[in-house]
Amino acid sequence: MIGLINLVGLVLIGLIVWWFWLYRPAAAAVQSAEGGEELTIRVESGVYLPSRIQLPAEEPATLRFLRKDSTPCAEMVLFDDLEIAQELAFDRTTDVHLPPLPAGRYPFTCQMKMYRGELEVVEKA
Amino acid sequence: MTKVSQSELAPPGDQQLLIEGASCASCVNRIETALKQVPGVSDATMNLVERSVMVSGNAPADSLVKAVEGAGYGATVPASSSDQETLAQKRQDDERHYQRLIRNMFWALVLGVPLMGYGVAGGSMMVTSRMDQLVWLVVGLLCLGVMVFPGRSFYINAWKSLLNHHATMDTLIALGTGSAWLYSMLVVAVPELLPAAARHLYFEATAMIIGLISLGQALEVKARGRTSAAIQRLIGLQPKTARVVRDGTEIDLPLEQLLVNDQVRVRPGEKIPVDGEVENGESAVDESMLTGEPMAVPKSSGDPVTGGTINKTGTLLFRATRVGSDTALARIIQLVRQAQNSKPAIGRLADQISAWFVPAMMIIAVVSALIWFNIGPQPTVAYALVSAMTVLIIACPCALGLATPMSIMVGIGKAAEAGVLIRSGDALQKAAGLTTMILDKTGTITEGAPRVTDIHLAGSLAEAELLSLVASLEAGSEHPLALAILESAREREVALSPVSEFAAIAGQGVTGTVADKTLLFGNQKLMAAKDIDVQPVAEAAIQMAERAETPVYLAVDSQLVAVIAVADPIKTDSASAIRRLKQAGISVVMVTGDNPVTAAAVAAEVGVDEFIAEVSPEQKSEKVVELQTRGERVGMTGDGINDAPALAQADVGFAIGTGTDVAIESADVTLMRGSLHGLADAVAVSQATLRNIKQNLFGAFVYNAAGVPIAAGILYPFIGVLLNPVIAGAAMAFSSVTVVSNANRLRLFKVGQSQ
Repeated sequence: MIGLINLVGLVLIGLIVWWFWLYRPAAAAVQSAEGGEELTIRVESGVYLPSRIQLPAEEPATLRFLRKDSTPCAEMVLFDDLEIAQELAFDRTTDVHLPPLPAGRYPFTCQMKMYRGELEVVEKA
Repeated sequence: MTKVSQSELAPPGDQQLLIEGASCASCVNRIETALKQVPGVSDATMNLVERSVMVSGNAPADSLVKAVEGAGYGATVPASSSDQETLAQKRQDDERHYQRLIRNMFWALVLGVPLMGYGVAGGSMMVTSRMDQLVWLVVGLLCLGVMVFPGRSFYINAWKSLLNHHATMDTLIALGTGSAWLYSMLVVAVPELLPAAARHLYFEATAMIIGLISLGQALEVKARGRTSAAIQRLIGLQPKTARVVRDGTEIDLPLEQLLVNDQVRVRPGEKIPVDGEVENGESAVDESMLTGEPMAVPKSSGDPVTGGTINKTGTLLFRATRVGSDTALARIIQLVRQAQNSKPAIGRLADQISAWFVPAMMIIAVVSALIWFNIGPQPTVAYALVSAMTVLIIACPCALGLATPMSIMVGIGKAAEAGVLIRSGDALQKAAGLTTMILDKTGTITEGAPRVTDIHLAGSLAEAELLSLVASLEAGSEHPLALAILESAREREVALSPVSEFAAIAGQGVTGTVADKTLLFGNQKLMAAKDIDVQPVAEAAIQMAERAETPVYLAVDSQLVAVIAVADPIKTDSASAIRRLKQAGISVVMVTGDNPVTAAAVAAEVGVDEFIAEVSPEQKSEKVVELQTRGERVGMTGDGINDAPALAQADVGFAIGTGTDVAIESADVTLMRGSLHGLADAVAVSQATLRNIKQNLFGAFVYNAAGVPIAAGILYPFIGVLLNPVIAGAAMAFSSVTVVSNANRLRLFKVGQSQ
């Protein structure tokens, strides 16, 4: 019995490491936006939906955030690498205009890094 | 209700809604039909590509949203463009959220407090009989009610985050309270499964923690509202309407409808709505809200006026030059907002930690439980559960995450109130750590408006004739010295002649031909270069320089004819501001293109430690580099135009503006008023903010570094203490409130000369 519980504990630790740190969602979970199309990201229940967004490189894009979450944490979205900080109005959409970006990964988060999302800017095929 | 007022404010005619869930052409028809049935709607046209619908008529926005929702789709009103509306909306949303949190707290504590009181008073929290089982089952179900209603968002958020491979504060709370409840229900349902000593119940912990954390969040909402007081004040400066003169009649128009070149009338006591240029009238305008300058500024025809300032004494008619988001006020708001949300380097470590924090805490909780389970005292199961639960509850990523942004928010806002615009959190951090400040003399320490104070003649030329020649020579120049000469010529009403072969020799002066005479006008270097003997006026020149005036020599046809003293008055408060900088531990260096004697006189008068004279603009930035290689952290203060290279080279560039019409995008820090006290204020606010951030980060680190091991039971082997999960809940709830409140303390920081 004791051995079993210890085993469960260790498996749990392994699961936490895998689920939160190692896991990378499949490409299918990525939303992509083409040529100036706006993509709506819902801010709801502690998450950005979708949280991974694919954009073509060297093209300006607009992300439309719809905040449905009234906790103060949700009121700001930050793109640290791009020095963009945008206040999101509750129950409204707020557009974030992105300049043309070189290929790469650009995370976006709330002020406390609890809400997390990532822009994947990729070279066009 | 808000939505109604928004529609009232919207210009009559069209309003836009954003539609969710519409994906096909038939949706378009359904949505348009639903909208057209709303009373007051004359037309509705949907754009499927943009997922938006344009509705004509005067129907309130909320009934439009309802109609779309009734048709089975979602609709939202796009974010309002007016700052004031957005602000009012945000206040209402915050207030609603606050009320909801207080309600949640109330219902959770209604159950939690009596339960905890019962336990504290010695009541048995164990299951020992059938009767116990029944009573506690009812309590357990009530507790479930608290989790499902007041505590709902914790569990939903935790679940959604989990699905997205994120772990947040909600995850910790949901796991902590959820495991307490599950364990307690297990005890109630099948007590036989556990040893008798481990049949303890933790329903009170679940309810209390939900209640306390809701209270903490409610207090945080209130405290956060106060951190943005500065930006709210700036937004509040803008009036809602303007009195516009069109076709000879005056009409009140909403600000959004104002156009460039509109004529606007402002009466005494009214706010100036947008930026413009006075066409008619005289008045004094209070610009203190933007520049921090307490004295009202006189305005008359041709003078610029700035939106958001207050017209004091007379009626002004002005022509709008910038409206909407182009006004100085709008740009200031935008800049302050952007800066408030930027993070200085000091905050990045906390960010790195926050990202790993929650899963790490979950692992620590499991490890702690396993240790108690394997080597702890009996009942091991109960101890294992309590330690894991307490670790989950006490760990607070919020305090860590909020430490920097909250202080930056208040600090940058505070600076803006004093007329100091700090571009970013990084600039603020660097400004707090400066060791040397370089001040440009002209326009920074001095007024930047030189005038002719003395003319010492050395030849046969009369003063008026001489002034006519030199003013003619300088007529095309924009050098401050030239302006002084021209002003003097204008005062004496001397006539000007055309100039030919004009040439400016950088750092020396100008040459040219006027009325067939070859003129040389410049400093001693120029005279030396052209072999002109300045000995006859040497004594006069030295006297001028010692009076902090700049001697400028004039030679006509290779003969020295005069030395002209040009003085740039020192700003009255430069000396006291420099004293403040030195008190803040910064050594002050003055640079100037002027001669060493004049520079020494000015330096002595304002009390700077070191000065460098006769430097060209490029040499200024070399001087910055030189100081930097000596290990100094260098701030450079200049007018932002001539000193641009040096400003860019410095660790922090301070552009000193006079008035509000400055290129506020040009430097790390923009001082809206001309006084050097703005500089001292900028340094003082930066230092205070950085101190505040350090306090917050220290508090948050210590809280987690001490709280988590104690929660895991590290004190138990030594003094037999294991933290109660409810105490952990209270500590966690108040840790983030403490951080926000400490940041709010910065609001009490006083800027100004008294500091």
